[in-house]
Amino acid sequence: MIAELGHAALIIALCLAAIQTVAPMLGSFMGYSNWMRLGYSLPLGQLLFVAVSFVCLAAAFLSDDFTLKYVAQNSNTELPSYYKISAVWSAHEGSLLLWALILAGWSAAVALFSRTLPLLLGARVLSILGAISVGFGLFLLLTSNPFERLLPVAPLQGADLNPLLQDIGLIVHPPMLYMGYVGFAVPFAFAIAALIGGQFDSAWARWCRPWINIAWVFLTLGITLGSWWAYYELGWGGWWFWDPVENASLMPWLVGTALMHSVSATEKRGVFRSWTLLLAIFTFSLSLLGTFLVRSGILTSVHAFATDPERGVFMLAFLALVIGGSLMLFALRGPAMQKVAAYSGWSRELMLLINNLLLVSAMTMILVGTLYPLIADVLELGKISVGPPYFNFFFVPLIVGLVVAVGIAVFTKWKTTEGRLLLQKIPFPLVIALLSALFIPLFLGADSQLFSYSLSAALTLFLAVWLIATIASDLREKIGSDRARMAKLSRSYWGMQLAHSGLAICVLGVGLSTAYDDSRELRMHPGQTAQVANYQFQFVGTDKIAGPNFTAHRGHIRVLQQDQLVTNLYPEKRDYNSGGQVMTEAAIDPSLTRDIYVSLGEPLGNKAWAISLQVKPFVRCIWLGGLMIALGGLLAAIDRRYRRRSKHSSAIRGGA
Amino acid sequence: MNKIALFIPLVLFATLSLFLLKGLDRDPTELPSALVGEAFPAFSLPSLMDESLLSTDDFAGEVVLVNVWATWCFACRIEHPMLNQLAHQGVKIIGLNYKDQPQPARQWLEDRGNPYLFNIVDQQGSLGFDLGVTGAPETYLVDAQGIIRHRRIGVLDQAVWDREFDQRYQQLLSEDQ
Repeated sequence: MIAELGHAALIIALCLAAIQTVAPMLGSFMGYSNWMRLGYSLPLGQLLFVAVSFVCLAAAFLSDDFTLKYVAQNSNTELPSYYKISAVWSAHEGSLLLWALILAGWSAAVALFSRTLPLLLGARVLSILGAISVGFGLFLLLTSNPFERLLPVAPLQGADLNPLLQDIGLIVHPPMLYMGYVGFAVPFAFAIAALIGGQFDSAWARWCRPWINIAWVFLTLGITLGSWWAYYELGWGGWWFWDPVENASLMPWLVGTALMHSVSATEKRGVFRSWTLLLAIFTFSLSLLGTFLVRSGILTSVHAFATDPERGVFMLAFLALVIGGSLMLFALRGPAMQKVAAYSGWSRELMLLINNLLLVSAMTMILVGTLYPLIADVLELGKISVGPPYFNFFFVPLIVGLVVAVGIAVFTKWKTTEGRLLLQKIPFPLVIALLSALFIPLFLGADSQLFSYSLSAALTLFLAVWLIATIASDLREKIGSDRARMAKLSRSYWGMQLAHSGLAICVLGVGLSTAYDDSRELRMHPGQTAQVANYQFQFVGTDKIAGPNFTAHRGHIRVLQQDQLVTNLYPEKRDYNSGGQVMTEAAIDPSLTRDIYVSLGEPLGNKAWAISLQVKPFVRCIWLGGLMIALGGLLAAIDRRYRRRSKHSSAIRGGA
Repeated sequence: MNKIALFIPLVLFATLSLFLLKGLDRDPTELPSALVGEAFPAFSLPSLMDESLLSTDDFAGEVVLVNVWATWCFACRIEHPMLNQLAHQGVKIIGLNYKDQPQPARQWLEDRGNPYLFNIVDQQGSLGFDLGVTGAPETYLVDAQGIIRHRRIGVLDQAVWDREFDQRYQQLLSEDQ
């Protein structure tokens, strides 16, 4: 019964979305203002009904209703109830429902917080969001209905949630990621509305900016969480695999980052207008493309999702309609490219352009690498897989260039910057960075010998210190000795500096953990000791333990440093009762400067085990940096400027 | 000129869509059996019955069948009597217990008879990956030099044996002597 209620709610939501698509758009052309205003109330109704539908599905999971195919496939009576909730979005149908819910949420947010927009623009933005909702609603109901029953013969027990997904990381990671993906639908809708109306000025850019920032913050958090989850849950100690699914999330992030920077130039200086529009379209298109790649099963991935050609065809048609349609609109209505006379020399505009070129190149190279196996296959060039070496080869130089440019950009001004000024400011951070790169690696190597000097560590330190030093010297210049000036700096300025510092920390983590990573895979008997980096690992033995829905072999490893006990680690090899799946649960002793990472491999008989011992210096900085970047984006999004202006304009309207 | 440039993204996307459409018809997990004519990939994995480590040395110098199986594989139940029969006729068969649990696997051999000289435990599917295994059952014919001579995806029954394996197997045996 509950399931039918959820199903019905979903159909009502689809109908509301259909009206939301048609009425405000027609109204905007015919001049019916009440039709246009309809666009502001419908999203709230749509949100209500999708939420009802979502709650119904969650209730079906909680009550172990295995007559629902989706519940039977992804849950089990033994599953703890918090995992029953997260199981709602653990597979295809439920994730799409989450997509729809989040999209309805964003549409409602736009309806609520954009009352100060000109009615014409607001109505069109909401109409376009409605159209995307219709697409996803149809996709859900026609090809991926989570409320499908398994009648008359329903199983007594469910197949269980994939043990990999039974984890706190998976409770929060997909919603964050989807908030980001779907959030970019808002700037996309703004861009399409602007193309239809033929108006995109700095006001348009200012309205867009907070939405871009917030979506980007969620995407950043989603990617960071995903990387952290892969690190501790997959049990091999890697944090990024250049897997198609990961690439699918990184591509919109890169272009979204480019968009965030380009729109600032559009707001402040009115430049890059067509470029900003195009980036807004690209960012959301890549989110959709990512969903398509992941959900159609067109590429192989460690994230093995169920595949279904019918869904693939539907998604591709939807993609062609949305992306093809918007690019066609862009081609027909887009503003002609501007002459490059508005800025010159080492202006901030030029630096933003460099930033955009590097980010978009990085995205393109990832897109090519991700799709190349598919293209080669279609062209009958044979089955090819593109691995990490390709991605690292192209990605690393682009990021190195980006970091250097970020440091210089901090010193530049809009319109033009005197070269002399730059020459005064650059040497100080440059010298500090060079000195750090030269000397710090001498003390970081495992045995402090000259031979352990690592060039990649030197490059990493150069980049990170360069970035931090440029930020520090800019802050010193802006604040000086007068503390009171600190308060005058805007939140978006602090946000920028925080996000850029986060980038430095992240680079530090990536570079140093790669350069100084030390790992051994060994066959160990109880009592045996092994040395990795500066630590001794003593394998005490294993025992058997029982969890709520699994039994496990739990290893005990004592970690010592110069005969002092550092920590006891208990890695597990879990055997899940329901599907007989075996999971490796790594044990980690975390700290900011190094992680000790231990996982159990195979039992080799005679109480001996294959054991993987790893010491990863500074690996935690990767995610710390990611969090700082997200926080910086959030600070910039809540800048007073956006709210003050909106209050101001609503006051005017109220008076008139 | 400027106006034409605006169409570039659209054209690029249209091209991409064509590839995506074509790609939908293909199965990315389908791996070529490129290993026929090549050496059996090196491995070092535990044995199912005792706890020794196995490698290619354990069947070097012999003409063998390597059979990929698992307890979760329904078709393997159908195939099993044929393997027992072949073993009875003196064909040397090595099992590759693929992504399986050791305990049920041992039980399986106890219940249905054990046609294998020994079983390689490939719980993670690493050797299976090197071999390009698409699923179970699969059977490889490996010669005395450790070169893969033939590969069968799916159930090996009498008809398949007569059609694809018998002649090759006899020929390899006679070459070996």
